[in-house]
Amino acid sequence: MSAPPQTRTITVALIGNPNTGKSTLFSALSGLRQRTGNYPGVTVEKKIGRTSFHGQQFTIVDLPGTYSLAPRSPDEMVAVDVLLARRDDVPQVDVVLCIVDASNLERNLYLVSQVLELGLPTVLAVNMVDVAADKGLELDLGRLAKQLHVPIVPVVAHRGRGLKELKEAIAKAADAPPHKIANPLPAAFQQEVATLQASLEKRGGKRVEALPRYLVERLLLDTSGYLASAGIAGVDEPLLAEVREARQRLAKAGLPVPGVESIGRYTWAGQVLEGVVKRPAERRVTLSDRIDRVLTHWLWGSLVFIAVMFLLFLAVYYVPDVTGASWLLDETLAWASNLVIANVPEGAIQSLLVTGVIGGVGGVVVFLPQIFTLFFFIALLEDCGYMARAAYLMDKLMSRIGLSGKSFIPLLSSYACAVPGIMAARVIENRRDRLVTILVAPLMSCSARLPVYTLLIAAFIPNLTIGSGWFELPWLHAVTLFAMYSVGTLTAIAAAWIFKKTLFRGPTPPFVMELPSYKMPGIGIVLHRMLEQGWAFVYRAGTLILAVSIIVWALAYYPRSDAAIDAVDPSLRPRAEQLATELAAAEEASPTAEDAEPTPEVAALREQLAAAEGRIAGLHLEHSFLGQMGKAIEPVVRPLGWDWKLGCAAIASFPAREVIVATLGVIYNLGEEQDEQSPELKETLRAATWDGTDRPVFNIPVALSVMVFFALCAQCASTLAIMYRETGSWRWPALTFVYMTGLAYVAAFLTYQIGMRLIG
Amino acid sequence: MTSNTAATPLSKLPIGSRGRVAEIEGDDEVSIRLMEMGLVPGVELVLLGVAPLGDPLELELRGYRLSIRKAEAARIMVQVIYEV
Repeated sequence: MSAPPQTRTITVALIGNPNTGKSTLFSALSGLRQRTGNYPGVTVEKKIGRTSFHGQQFTIVDLPGTYSLAPRSPDEMVAVDVLLARRDDVPQVDVVLCIVDASNLERNLYLVSQVLELGLPTVLAVNMVDVAADKGLELDLGRLAKQLHVPIVPVVAHRGRGLKELKEAIAKAADAPPHKIANPLPAAFQQEVATLQASLEKRGGKRVEALPRYLVERLLLDTSGYLASAGIAGVDEPLLAEVREARQRLAKAGLPVPGVESIGRYTWAGQVLEGVVKRPAERRVTLSDRIDRVLTHWLWGSLVFIAVMFLLFLAVYYVPDVTGASWLLDETLAWASNLVIANVPEGAIQSLLVTGVIGGVGGVVVFLPQIFTLFFFIALLEDCGYMARAAYLMDKLMSRIGLSGKSFIPLLSSYACAVPGIMAARVIENRRDRLVTILVAPLMSCSARLPVYTLLIAAFIPNLTIGSGWFELPWLHAVTLFAMYSVGTLTAIAAAWIFKKTLFRGPTPPFVMELPSYKMPGIGIVLHRMLEQGWAFVYRAGTLILAVSIIVWALAYYPRSDAAIDAVDPSLRPRAEQLATELAAAEEASPTAEDAEPTPEVAALREQLAAAEGRIAGLHLEHSFLGQMGKAIEPVVRPLGWDWKLGCAAIASFPAREVIVATLGVIYNLGEEQDEQSPELKETLRAATWDGTDRPVFNIPVALSVMVFFALCAQCASTLAIMYRETGSWRWPALTFVYMTGLAYVAAFLTYQIGMRLIG
Repeated sequence: MTSNTAATPLSKLPIGSRGRVAEIEGDDEVSIRLMEMGLVPGVELVLLGVAPLGDPLELELRGYRLSIRKAEAARIMVQVIYEV
């Protein structure tokens, strides 16, 4: 406080109800100067932004949107702790900036009355004045400022209007003593709070310091039992006994806890708003009302909902391909790989850069088109007000498995990709519901499983069709694919139900959801949110994914020994070298343009060289740590019908499921360039035999067992990494990996064993 | 606690009814949440509709719209102003 105001940074806490444009105001104030992180131990996102005004620096702490400053969970406690300066990782708050919805002042003032009780300098930003005007409300903000004794600034957050005035008001408020308002709760209640405080004071100074007046009041009001058991310093059994007695006295006096708070605050809000809000005599039917009538209609509403969800799903599935975003990423990565291959001599460094680093970076950026697309849609739906309607329409369905309507979109998105799906689960405010949603999201059959299904179905499932000519349906292939999607979905439903009955048992959380007015979405806000989510993924999960990719590369590369290959086939490496020399000579003898047909001689040499190199790569992999691991786990995977090569491919695909296709290519001596459409790879898989026998590895039960395994396993480092970042703990990704791998193993085992009995 | 016997649970009202809240039953998290959202004794509300699958309900009160499940609405005792 001793520094002159020009050099002091003012810390501003931004708080407000959900759907008031709080995030928009935060972005408008801090622009790109913001950092996000996590508060340790909770799943609340920590967003801190910076801005300045006439040389005055501001730090803005964006608190989670809330209707009430009454913590009933560790997540909700964060806001209270920040405001009461009880957190070391956030500077002491100088000014509280409270944003309210002008069209809905009565309910917004509930939170305002709690904020004002904290005794901090407060500025009120009144947003959405246009929506209020639509509803025919006339507001006298000057009168409101007089009633509340706080500066009031009207803003239009999505147009950036009123920001200058807002910063000016904040700077001024920081230096002015706050005006304490009369506490809106009844005198008898306040007397009880004072008595509790006095009793604390009698028992020792430290307790009083630890328990500010507001927390004592909350302790008296919190019948949910959270604060009593949250381990707050100063809260002990004698104090809780006094709290219980106080509650009994209040109930006798006709002021029962917790009702006394809401009745008191809403009565106060009604008095404050007297003469501030003039409502039209007849309630006006707004455009928003008319839209809502259609969108919540049993028939039209359902049809629109299905259309919107279908569009969202198609977009997340196809936009990355259709727009060429995936192609561009692939080309860029291929270009980078070629650049490395051209400039770095062959060996460990080249392989690390190409497979470990570029492959790892690819594993991160490959998700960006999907994350961008999904969050473009989610931000759009959220900003226009439809998101809450989607949850409203789907709630009944989701409640059957113990979740709420808010879990629907995260789970639907997970069919495209679990990573953005898990990120989208942030809208679910109930911790148990959010965790269950996150835990089952990876069971939805995502697009990365498709290459595995495509390859194995095409190679091993008989192509039975109905019809002929242009109407030829490969029905058995379609049924198999559908079965794989169903396995995931049904398992997810069962898993969610079991999680809710066991690990996350508890009372059904209240489903109390505001249905905000519809409005035109702001394109700037939508794009901002989309980029923010993409960046959050790169920043939060990127390094972890890269690390996993490098570790798996090292396992597949080391210990590299040419001697081991010579021991198997002494002539192999010399032959490859000789072929390379012959090929170079032949190419020089008859130079051809890059895209022209090579001469038969050159083509033959190229083929032979590729075969020899493929075999060398296959032998290297067999001798690597990964190959050894594959052999070590062979007894474990044998009951699934797998040989060590399949086991090895399953381990190698830990970073990402689709990697299995390339790994199978290497392990079957075809090199890395194989994809799921490759005819050679299909041929090779069909011809593969158990080592030292001519019994084929693959038959229909084995192919199905591999597919079922990949349908249910958690082979995706990105999913586990984002899970860690979203939950702030390794416990949940570890649990997911264990339960999904366990399920996958059992299901693959049953598939193979039953399949073998059937084909007898 | 409320002496009025004419109060009906909100979950039992026909769509389109208007009523005044008489009492919120219980003192657990659910009832705190309802009261924080403005469902306190004396407030007027309109039951606007129900989701296509039969639950939850859509209400209007204090100039905004709120969705709650029937299980929660069963705790809200309402004096009917008019039924449709």
